[in-house]
Amino acid sequence: MRIELEKRAEHSQLMTVVSPLIAIGLTLVCGSILFISMGYNPVEALYAYFIEPLTTSWSIEELLVKAGPLVLIAVGLSVCFLSNSWNIGAEGQFTMGALAGSIIPVLFYDFTSPLALPLMVLMGILGGMAWASIPAFLKVRFGTNEILTSLMLVYIAQYILDFLVRGPWRDPEGFNFPESRIFDAAHVLPKIGEGRLHIGMIFAVVAVLVVWWMLSRTLKGFEIKVMGETPRAGRFAGFSGNGVVWFGFLVSGGLAGLAGMAEVSGSIEQLTPVISPGYGFTAIIVAFLGRLNPIGILFAGLLLGLSYIGGESAQVSLGLTDKVTRVFQGMLLFFVLACDTLILYKFKIVSNAKGVKEAANV
Amino acid sequence: MENEQRSGPVTGGEDLIEAKGITKRFGDILANDNVDLVIKQGEIHALLGENGAGKSTLVKILYGALEPGAGEILWKGKRVSISNPAAARKLGVGMVFQHFSLFEALSVVENIALALPKGEKIEALSKRITEVSQKYGLPLDPAALVADLPVGIRQRIEIVRCLLQNPSLIIMDEPTSVLTPQEADQLFITLQRLASEGCAILYISHRLEEVKKICHNATIMRHGRVVGGCDPAVETPASLARMMVGGDVHDITAGATEAQPGDVMLKLRNLSIPSDGAFGIELKNVNMDLRGGEIVAIAGIAANGQSELFDAISGETQVKDAYAVEICGVPVGKRKINDRRLLGSAFVPEERLGHGAVPGFVLSDNILLTRYKSDPELIKHGMLNQKLAGEMEKRITVSYDVRMSHDNPEARSLSGGNLQKFVVGRELDRVPKVLVINQPTWGVDAGAAALIRQAIIDLARGGSAVLVISQDLDEIYEVADRIAVISRGELSPAELLLR
Repeated sequence: MRIELEKRAEHSQLMTVVSPLIAIGLTLVCGSILFISMGYNPVEALYAYFIEPLTTSWSIEELLVKAGPLVLIAVGLSVCFLSNSWNIGAEGQFTMGALAGSIIPVLFYDFTSPLALPLMVLMGILGGMAWASIPAFLKVRFGTNEILTSLMLVYIAQYILDFLVRGPWRDPEGFNFPESRIFDAAHVLPKIGEGRLHIGMIFAVVAVLVVWWMLSRTLKGFEIKVMGETPRAGRFAGFSGNGVVWFGFLVSGGLAGLAGMAEVSGSIEQLTPVISPGYGFTAIIVAFLGRLNPIGILFAGLLLGLSYIGGESAQVSLGLTDKVTRVFQGMLLFFVLACDTLILYKFKIVSNAKGVKEAANV
Repeated sequence: MENEQRSGPVTGGEDLIEAKGITKRFGDILANDNVDLVIKQGEIHALLGENGAGKSTLVKILYGALEPGAGEILWKGKRVSISNPAAARKLGVGMVFQHFSLFEALSVVENIALALPKGEKIEALSKRITEVSQKYGLPLDPAALVADLPVGIRQRIEIVRCLLQNPSLIIMDEPTSVLTPQEADQLFITLQRLASEGCAILYISHRLEEVKKICHNATIMRHGRVVGGCDPAVETPASLARMMVGGDVHDITAGATEAQPGDVMLKLRNLSIPSDGAFGIELKNVNMDLRGGEIVAIAGIAANGQSELFDAISGETQVKDAYAVEICGVPVGKRKINDRRLLGSAFVPEERLGHGAVPGFVLSDNILLTRYKSDPELIKHGMLNQKLAGEMEKRITVSYDVRMSHDNPEARSLSGGNLQKFVVGRELDRVPKVLVINQPTWGVDAGAAALIRQAIIDLARGGSAVLVISQDLDEIYEVADRIAVISRGELSPAELLLR
C-alpha cells in the first residue's frame, strides 16, 4: 500500500481556505511535542503563547504594533511573489527605508515643519525601493538569481545601519551609546489612542486595500499573475517580463521601506543597531500563510504578530527561551508550503505491493 | 538489397515480452487503451503512430518509468510487474533515449560507470567498453570527454552502456532523428547484428523508409489503441502512413468553393533569424505572400523552424528589418504582438496550455489574455471589465461547442480538443483579417478537429488570409489552397494544391 498524489482538474476552492488552517493545526501539534520534550506542560505553554497575550488590552495593542510592519511588508512581497520574483531581502529594504527615513530627524533635526513627516514617509519608501532595485537590476540585466542577491543585501544594509549608529550618526549627547539622537516630536508618527499604537497600522490597512484592488481588478494585477504563472503565455499576451520584475521589486521594496521608516519613527523614535526582530523574514511566512492574498495577509500578520508577543509572554511566565518563537515560525512556514500541495492535488491510497516485489525478485 | 539486410529468421523466435490489455489514463485522456504487444526474441519490432498516439506511454510502461492503470506484462511467459527502470534493467530491458542523459564534463568511461553497478575498476571497464564497442562496430574511446564528441558518438555511448548490461530487449526512441544518413546506416548494421544474436529491439521512428528497411514486424497505434500489425517489408511508406493516420475519409468542404485570392495580407520578405541556443533553428531568407481568401499551409517535420517562424510572424520575436514582416501592408518586423493584433491579425500557437492559455486561469481570464488590447472595451482606465469577458466566454464556448463540467472552468480542466476549440474560437470570434495557426488540431479528437478545420475554411472563404503550420498532411490536404514546405529553416515557394 502506498499514498499517491493525484492531480485535481482545477484548484480546490475549499482547500485554498482550509490548507492554511491545517498547517496551523499541524504546527500546534508539533509545537506541543516540542514543549513536552522540553519538559513543559504543552497546554500551559500553548496558553501562555497564544491565549494569554489576548487577555489584556495592553498586549492586544502591542500585537497590532507588531502586525503593522509584518502586513505592510508581506503585502508588497505578495505582489513580487505572484509575479514569480523571489525577493527574500525585505529585511534589508526595511533597514534602508528606516535609514533613509531617518535622514531628516538625525541630520536636519531643526527642520520641524509639518512637511517633515510626509517627506520622511516618501524618503522611507524611496530608500526601500532603491535597495530593492539592486537585485531587480542584476536579475534583468545579467540574469542573476534574485534570491541570493536580495538576501545578501540584507546583511550589507544591517552593517550600514550598524556603522552609522556607531559612527557618523551617533548621538553627540548620548554618552557614546551606539544610538542616534532621539527624534524630535515633529518627526514621530502620530499615535492612535494612549499607548504605543501609531498610524503605521493604518498604512498597512490602506496598502492591503490598494494592493487587493490592484491585483483583482486592474490590468496591471492581471499582468503580474499571468507573468508569474506562465511567462510564455504572458509574452503571447504582449506583457514584458522585465517590466514585471521591476514592478514587483519596487512595490515590495517601497512597502518594506515604508514599514522600516514607520517602525523607527513610530515605535523606536531613534536609530539603534537593531531595529527589527526579523520582520522582513517573518513577512515571507505571513505572505504565504495569507495565500499571497492581501486580505488573507491581514489575518496572517495578526497571527504571526501574536507569535512574537506570545514568545515574550512565555519567556516571562514559563521561562521559555525566545528561540521557540523562531522554531514556531519556521514550522508554520514549512507546513503552509506543504499543505499548499492539497490545493492542486488530492491523496489517493493505492494498494498493489505484491506485484512490485515479484519484479524485484526476478 | 533490402531483403538481404533483413537477416535472420524471426518467425520462429520465442515470445520475449508480451503486454496484454495495457491501459493508462492521464486525467481525461486515455493514453493507452487496452494495448496488446508481443515482441519475439531476435526481432526488430517497429512501433508506429502519430504524435500523441500513445507510443511513449507504452514504452515508458515497458521500461518501468510509468505504472499501467490496468493490464499485465509477461516476460518469457511469466507475469512480471516492472515497477521502476532498475527492475526493468534487471529483467534485461535497456533503453536508449531520444534525448541523451550524459554528463558533458565526464569522460565516456565515467559516464558508463555511473549507470552500472558499483565495484568495477575503471581500467577493467575501459577494456570491456573497447571490446563491446569493437564487436558491434561502434568504436569508442573510453577516455574521451563527452563534451568534445558529436551527437552520433554520444548516442553510441548510450547504446554501449545499454549493451554492457547484456539486455535481451533494447528500446530505442527515435534513434536516427539526430544522426546523419551515414551514421544511421552504421547504426542499422549494429542493430541487425544484435538481432541476429537473439536480442530483440523495439524501434520507434517516424521515418517509414528506415522502418521498412530494417524492421521485421510493426505494430501501429492510433489514439491510444493498437490498430493493427504488419510486415513492413511488404508495405510501402505510403501504406504505413495510411495505417498510422487511419483510413477515415474526411469530407472536404474546402473544395466545394474555390479560393478567390484577394490582396496580399501577410508578406514575408527575406525573413532571417539566427538560431536561439543549441536547439533553435535558424530561419534563412523566408519569403511568402499570403492573400485574403486563401489558406496556405506550411508542411514539414517537427523542429524545422516552425515555432521560430510562428514567433517571428506573431511578434514574440522581433527582427531588425521592419519590412521582413508586413501585415495588411504595414511593415511590422519591429513591432510587438499587440500592435500586430491591432492591425487585424490573430495567432494560435502550437502549445495550448502554457502558451495559448494560462492553465490555472478561468476561461474568461484567458479571453483577456489575447484580447485586452484588440477589444478596447475590455479595459477601462486600466481596470478589467470582467463582466464583458464573462459574456464573451459564454458566446465563444457556445458557438464553438466547448464542453465543460461547469461554466467558466480553469483552462487546465478542459480536454485537449475542447481547449483547442476554445483557443481557436477566442481568435476567430474577432473575425481576424489574418490568422496564423500552428498545429491547429494536434492531439485533438476527430470531432473537434473537423469543427476547427471547418471554422478555418469558413474564415478564409469570408475573405481573411489564413496561414496553417502543420505536420499533419491529411489536415493540410483538407484545408489548404497552396502548400509550402519548411525544412531546416528554409521555406519553399507555395504551390497550388490540385484537388
